Amino acid sequence: MQGALIAVEGLDGSGKSTQIHLVKRWLELEGYKVFFTEWNSSLLVKSATRKGKKRLLLTPTTFSLIHCTDFADRYERQILPLLRAGYIVLADRYVYTAFARDAVRGCDSQWVRNLYSFAVAADVTFFFDLPLDVALGRILSARPKLKYHEAGMDLNLSSDSVESFRIFQGRIYEEYKKLIGEYGLVVIDATQSIEKQQGEVRKIIAEKIDLPQYRWRILR
Amino acid sequence: MSPRQFYGTPPPGADPASLGGKLLVIEGADGSGRSTQIAILNNWLERNGHATVQVGLRRSTLVSAELDQAKQGNILGRVTMSLFYATDFADQLDNIILPALRAGFVVVADRYIYTLMARAIVRGCDRAWVERLYGLAVVPDVVFYLRVSPQVLIERNFQKNDSLDYWESGMDIGLSGDLFESFFKYQRLMAREFARMQEQYGFQVVDGNRSIKAIAADLQKRVEAAL
Repeated sequence: MQGALIAVEGLDGSGKSTQIHLVKRWLELEGYKVFFTEWNSSLLVKSATRKGKKRLLLTPTTFSLIHCTDFADRYERQILPLLRAGYIVLADRYVYTAFARDAVRGCDSQWVRNLYSFAVAADVTFFFDLPLDVALGRILSARPKLKYHEAGMDLNLSSDSVESFRIFQGRIYEEYKKLIGEYGLVVIDATQSIEKQQGEVRKIIAEKIDLPQYRWRILR
Repeated sequence: MSPRQFYGTPPPGADPASLGGKLLVIEGADGSGRSTQIAILNNWLERNGHATVQVGLRRSTLVSAELDQAKQGNILGRVTMSLFYATDFADQLDNIILPALRAGFVVVADRYIYTLMARAIVRGCDRAWVERLYGLAVVPDVVFYLRVSPQVLIERNFQKNDSLDYWESGMDIGLSGDLFESFFKYQRLMAREFARMQEQYGFQVVDGNRSIKAIAADLQKRVEAAL
């Protein structure tokens, strides 16, 4: 594989999307071949996911499978070909999001790991670690209306969506913590300033990835 | 009643101990007489007082429309295609098959995980990956495989549709640019996969080259023994 894969993981509200956006801008402006992809965004699968979520048709297994289908579609059509073509691929959430969420929904963790075993490991995966209360505070103060699945309402944790979200996110955080050691995720202290975090992230990327080989070759 | 077996870990909420009923599976290529036999079998089961439910491929409320759309455009990769079908299967497993078994129904499946597995493997998906993926499936009481020779299959396909189906000919894999030749090559690959699975999963092979009546009588006898 000629390309490089960089992924970010973290709770909702951890600031990971901001950080990966800044990584993207940095690499683009430095003249590297970059492609960005985010969780749950394949157009083809979207209509099924939307329908399933709207009509509350999803079970833990179909929830897991439909997200994996979405991932596979992006993987087979974009991520893998672009890696083979020598791009730096940036992923806002990668397989670990599924490992954490599906485990919380009761899916067998070995089954879920097998499901995603077709995907290459990222060269580096950052975990933006923010204390649960802070992450909850950011989401709950900015966006009081939580979507059904986002709040984990399908788990019957609480009939109150905010309370359900708290419990759900707490469980996901516990799962993430297990994954950090198991997969060697690079933990970034997300309580720091945006600039400080980005500085750390860029430094680690520059160390782990031989960036100059990803520069656009200008044909004269 | 001993708890029902699953090929791997049951899906969340399956509660194997609660599952009664019967699960009958009929496998076979397009043109093997599957649908005809299932209709006859269903009448026979209901005449004998069994409540039945039918399931099949691409019938889920969740993704069947999207799958149809994807097939039209032929734009899915093999892993994506397999997972899309697996989603369709899991939707019916969780929402139809398992609840029906819990309620003591006879579930008649017009194809099951075996066709899906064979298609994925023939298209180059990793066998172990596919087998683990379908570990979520409940083990049927009996699986009938309607085996029909490729020559008879092709005659029946022409009888039914006037032309060979793009997917049933495996045209997406590029076995041959010629539809007729591709059909034979593809059906041979599928038959080989089924022969392999026959031992692993204990299919009962039913000779599908006979008359509708003869096959129906054979199936009834076998189903009677399984109920």
